[in-house]
Amino acid sequence: MVFLGGQVLPGNVGRAILGPFADQGAVDTLNHTLGVDRPLLTQYWSWISNFVQGDMGTSYIYRSPVAPLVVDALGNSVKLAFVAFVLVIPIGILGGAVAALNLNRPLDRIITLGGLSMTVLPEFVTGIILILIFGVWLRWLPISAAWPHDAGFFRQLYHLILPSMPLFLVLFGYVGRMARSGMIEALDSDYTRTAVLKGLPWRTVIWRHVLRNALLPTITVIATQTGYLIGGLVVIETLFRYQGVGSLIFTAARGKDFPILVSGTLVVGIVYAVATLAADFLYSMLNPRISLGNEQ
Amino acid sequence: MSVFQTNFTMQTDTRRRGPVVEVLHQLLCSGTFLTGVVIVLFWVACALLGQHFVPYNALTEDIINALAPPSSEHWFGTDQIGRDVFSRVIVGSRDILTVAPLATLLATLTGTALGLFTGYFRGLVDDVVSRILEAFMAIPGPIVSLLAIVALGTSRIMVIVVIGLSFAPVIARTVRSAVLAERELDYVAAAQLRHESTVHMMFVEIFPNVIPPILVESTVRLGYAIFAVATLSFLGFGIQPPSPDWGLSIASNYGMISGGFWWTVLFDALAIASLVIGVNLVADSVQAALND
Repeated sequence: MVFLGGQVLPGNVGRAILGPFADQGAVDTLNHTLGVDRPLLTQYWSWISNFVQGDMGTSYIYRSPVAPLVVDALGNSVKLAFVAFVLVIPIGILGGAVAALNLNRPLDRIITLGGLSMTVLPEFVTGIILILIFGVWLRWLPISAAWPHDAGFFRQLYHLILPSMPLFLVLFGYVGRMARSGMIEALDSDYTRTAVLKGLPWRTVIWRHVLRNALLPTITVIATQTGYLIGGLVVIETLFRYQGVGSLIFTAARGKDFPILVSGTLVVGIVYAVATLAADFLYSMLNPRISLGNEQ
Repeated sequence: MSVFQTNFTMQTDTRRRGPVVEVLHQLLCSGTFLTGVVIVLFWVACALLGQHFVPYNALTEDIINALAPPSSEHWFGTDQIGRDVFSRVIVGSRDILTVAPLATLLATLTGTALGLFTGYFRGLVDDVVSRILEAFMAIPGPIVSLLAIVALGTSRIMVIVVIGLSFAPVIARTVRSAVLAERELDYVAAAQLRHESTVHMMFVEIFPNVIPPILVESTVRLGYAIFAVATLSFLGFGIQPPSPDWGLSIASNYGMISGGFWWTVLFDALAIASLVIGVNLVADSVQAALND
């Protein structure tokens, strides 16, 4: 059901985001007269057809075409999100696996409780505390994500470590928890027992049998977290003054810059829809028990 | 006949009271629950009574003593216009503790009504409403609330409405699945044979039996509501100045932390962290107690 929903919905997502905000743009130009009449529909249509052709209009604040702004910002956000994912996937899975192998021992409690507490904290709270510790007191990392113009790959990475940490902490809780419960289930299963009784070395059992099965639910969780990540980016990019799509939307929202607001949101919606779809495909590819097109 | 009936009600009474007492007992014996409750009650007390006990007025400016580091006079130092940070942190719990619970209440009421409705009627009603709710859940939540608040204007009521309505679909889904399970049980069939009205079926027969999942879901949502309100305030779209709200204080002071003025943001951050963790400890233990 959820699976089907994920595939039907992207179309609605775009429309749901678009509808009210095309209205808002019109509301602004029509001097706060509300109404869904013909001129509005025409305006909406010309806007959507331009959007598809890559013309997103002109920003009110920056007085320049929206498309390059959005594309640049998206590129920056992807870099930040990428760093967070690259850190969280191996560490989250490792954390969950270690917790599962030490089930109900102190190490498991520490990982589970720690991960859970980090997940429930707002990003700007963890962000502020991390900035204070690593940026202000220890002075290990730069507190702003804005790197010098000619910065190379490692320089950029250096600037991205601190901003990606709050995202990492939130995601770690989710990924770790899923990996842990997946592992527990797999460890408890008949095929694991068979593998152990066959006399396979413990390491092989863990790698080939347990981990492979445990990773399936984890992958879906990672993909569904893109939605969260987009929201988190708004906060993180504002906090670290990073020129990403989140801070672009935020600035546009504050300045009532509707062309950027609408395009930025739509682009984010598309990215989210694609990520959800990709997760569905990935899941069905990895799990032979689920096949696409089978509705139930 | 009457003897039989009294017997019958007595039996249901003891059966009903039993689990409730048991759950309460389990909660009161759980360290997690008690820790959470103590933290939450501390902040509730601060919100209700804090302003009578703090050393300074949270809004009084004192430019000469601006940005003073923590001292015996100002325990947590002062902010950029000389307001006492300790007083602000204590009183700052008030707004978030009004807005977040009200948003959760709205979400719970709307979600429960929708869930009962879709779960009880099933069929076409359920399909249509559920698809709409799923569409809402598919859009990244923070973005929706941000845009809705920008479009509709920033006010406390608006924050409550937007957060409340954006959480309602999740609660509706939980309630719906609980109702679907309850619907198949014998007592529902019995009530149907008695020709009870639809309203009676939904609210008198089924509703009391789906209270546990609703309770769990709304305590969990309360944690998220605090998260959301704090984040919106930090972004400038939630609680408005001059409120000493924590998220708002962090937003107005974090620009200066590179200058080393850590006390202007650290205590607010720790306050939010403690409240969110407290609520989640309560939510976790309630969930654990009710699921057994």
